[in-house]
Amino acid sequence: MKIMRSALGRARGMGAAKAGVHHWWVQRLTALALLPLALYAVLSVLLLKGATQAEMLRYMAEPWNGVLFLALVIALFYHLQLGLQVVIEDYIRSEGKRLTVMLAMRATAGFFGLLAVISVLKLSF
Amino acid sequence: MQDVREALMQGRNSAGGTVRRPLSPHLQVYRPQITSTLSILHRITGVALSAGAILLSLWLAAAATSSGAFSVAQAVVGSVLGMIVLFGFTLALFYHFCNGIRHLLWDAGFGFELPSVHRSGTAVMLAAAGLTVLVWLIGLVVL
Repeated sequence: MKIMRSALGRARGMGAAKAGVHHWWVQRLTALALLPLALYAVLSVLLLKGATQAEMLRYMAEPWNGVLFLALVIALFYHLQLGLQVVIEDYIRSEGKRLTVMLAMRATAGFFGLLAVISVLKLSF
Repeated sequence: MQDVREALMQGRNSAGGTVRRPLSPHLQVYRPQITSTLSILHRITGVALSAGAILLSLWLAAAATSSGAFSVAQAVVGSVLGMIVLFGFTLALFYHFCNGIRHLLWDAGFGFELPSVHRSGTAVMLAAAGLTVLVWLIGLVVL
């Protein structure tokens, strides 16, 4: 079989990493999950308007609320991290700077995502 | 040679002579249209809502920390500045939400014809504004 790619093309890098479809797909999946969860979040913030910590504890102690808030926070931080990745890839040309900003963004998203998860768990139990 | 980009655009043709490569126009050359404007708005609101997600996690963390910390957080949210910011986030959220549905429908293969792209764009703007007003009416008047 004749190889259609040039020798240079095969030598440079590994070609497509086949990861693009996964990124595209999980972005859509988390978007789909966030449609009902975002409405639930808006409803919750409305219900918790002016709430005290005791009322917040009572709200989160309901298993449904705990589960929905966890699902919300996980889908939200996963989704935003995917979106910010594309923004960084599009606008930062220099490779070193792009990698630095990307890692900082991932660390920040990871930190605040975990902070939200731990907080919801602590409020629920 | 007045533009620095001109210097970068000097190339050589296959015969070895110098040629001036064509320049692509800057973004502001193009007339803003509903398609391009709503597209960049989706990105801008997405970035803004990421900052909002951090505020959401801080709000939850305050509640998990102490009743004092949470009452401070609630006072910040309920202040004039806090409400203005929250209103902005509500609008950004509903815009990103509605335009996200538009994107998901495109991904599923619906609504690609230009007239329907324009119609869905208008619908997204109206729906985002309507939902924001509705939620704030419920929040300020009903509750």
